[in-house]
Amino acid sequence: MVSIIYILWLRQLKRYLRSRSRIVGSLGQPLLFLLALGFGFGPTFEKAGGGDYFQFLVPGVVAMSILFTAMFSGIEIIWDRQFGFLKETLVAPVSRLTIMVGRTLGGATVATLQGCIVFVLAMIFGFRPEFGINLPLALAFMFLIALLFTALGTAVACQLEDMQGFQLIMNFLIMPLFFLSGALFPLDVAPAVLVMIARCDPLSYGVDGLRGTLIGVSHFGIALDGGILVVVTAIFLWIGSVLFKRIEV
Amino acid sequence: MMPTTENIIDVQHLVKKFGELTAVNDASFTVQHGEIFAFLGPNGAGKTTTIKMLTTLLHPTSGTIRVNGFDPLKQQDEVRNSFGIVFQDPSLDDELTAWENLELHGVLYAVPTKLRRERMSQLLEVVGLSDRKDDITRTFSGGMRRRLEIARGLLHHPKILFLDEPTIGLDPQTRNHLWNHVVELNQKEGITVFLTTHYMEEADKVAGRIAVIDHGKIVAQGSSAELKAQTSTQSLEDAFLALTGNSIREEESGAIDNMRQMARVWRGKRR
Repeated sequence: MVSIIYILWLRQLKRYLRSRSRIVGSLGQPLLFLLALGFGFGPTFEKAGGGDYFQFLVPGVVAMSILFTAMFSGIEIIWDRQFGFLKETLVAPVSRLTIMVGRTLGGATVATLQGCIVFVLAMIFGFRPEFGINLPLALAFMFLIALLFTALGTAVACQLEDMQGFQLIMNFLIMPLFFLSGALFPLDVAPAVLVMIARCDPLSYGVDGLRGTLIGVSHFGIALDGGILVVVTAIFLWIGSVLFKRIEV
Repeated sequence: MMPTTENIIDVQHLVKKFGELTAVNDASFTVQHGEIFAFLGPNGAGKTTTIKMLTTLLHPTSGTIRVNGFDPLKQQDEVRNSFGIVFQDPSLDDELTAWENLELHGVLYAVPTKLRRERMSQLLEVVGLSDRKDDITRTFSGGMRRRLEIARGLLHHPKILFLDEPTIGLDPQTRNHLWNHVVELNQKEGITVFLTTHYMEEADKVAGRIAVIDHGKIVAQGSSAELKAQTSTQSLEDAFLALTGNSIREEESGAIDNMRQMARVWRGKRR
């Protein structure tokens, strides 16, 4: 079983590393956010007494790139299901749970890598994290975010027949998850309603955890962030595996 | 449990309903060890649905199925180990090399490493892809992909090979080559072949026995000669038309067709 999970994980990784254009392409959006928002809003943010906006924004944008990559690699199942390799795995003498675990771990690893690339790019543009034991913890948060949203993407994909619903997911799931998470604005001074909504968005805890580990600023506290992420990830993995077991091709 | 019956596939009173629609309606047929069996029918007749039930991808509404003596409902893994399949739509990972696609399959079927590598080299030789083994399959032509899929389907030494419209979209040369290869496999290795196709002359040439399905029911079974005699026709195509009528089948465009459309657009762009 381990060798099967490994080879499925390796497959996701190979696919990622071989599609250089996709890697570069998916860096465009986070870079735009970093540069336009980071440097554009920076002075205003500072004048208002918020501190260095670029420092504040980087963890949010790292989380964003993980969210996007993870959701996409989960949703890719729709594609794979009709045209690729998923059908081949479904007739193999392997349990669906094993397939789901291998795929999800692979997708999560890829999303984490994407997050790391954005992180390094941000360093080049002047981001300075507080180094120390927090970096491994930050990586753990990145992987948790990746796992959570790969599982969510998988669960969503199991409910869809084709790519027609994709735009819907983009506009009504991925975008709200991102914009309402506090990735772009501090929850400390946000209106109460917005904070309440953010509390229901699992990405908020991911962003907050990353902020806590990278720049030492946290709204909920790292322990709570980590705890909630682990619980929600477990729930999504469970839902995802139940739905995945029901797939008929 | 070892298979006790003489028939490698035994289907009795098989029914599959999707809501109101009855896709397969009380179908019974058998496939003998080592034969090439053609399963023919117009679009939407229930061919692919039947294959999906035989290969554990769909659960029947009622009826019994035995594949290599095993029940696809209760003995999924035993059934899955018994067959290899080439799907109607390509199912290779087109970002992986030919070698990696085979390797993945071998690991999924738990073929031990050394044996796996040996067979992979052999099979690539057999389907004439040895010199392309390290190329990404996206760069392969339709025929090469099909050949690789057949090699992959054989890697775990199945007793039965399912071919669901394997020659769709291929030129006559490739089709000819492919069927020669399938016949050779059947004769040398004794692999039972279960195929569907819309090309009647192909079925006529390679299949020992034929079953014709229409509206979910088996309307005729027998050798090509028997079907022609039964319908007093000269060719299998005429026999087929006599059995299934001349009306064109309206198949509703479902999700899969939309996806096929999109796949064509995408592949076109990426080349």
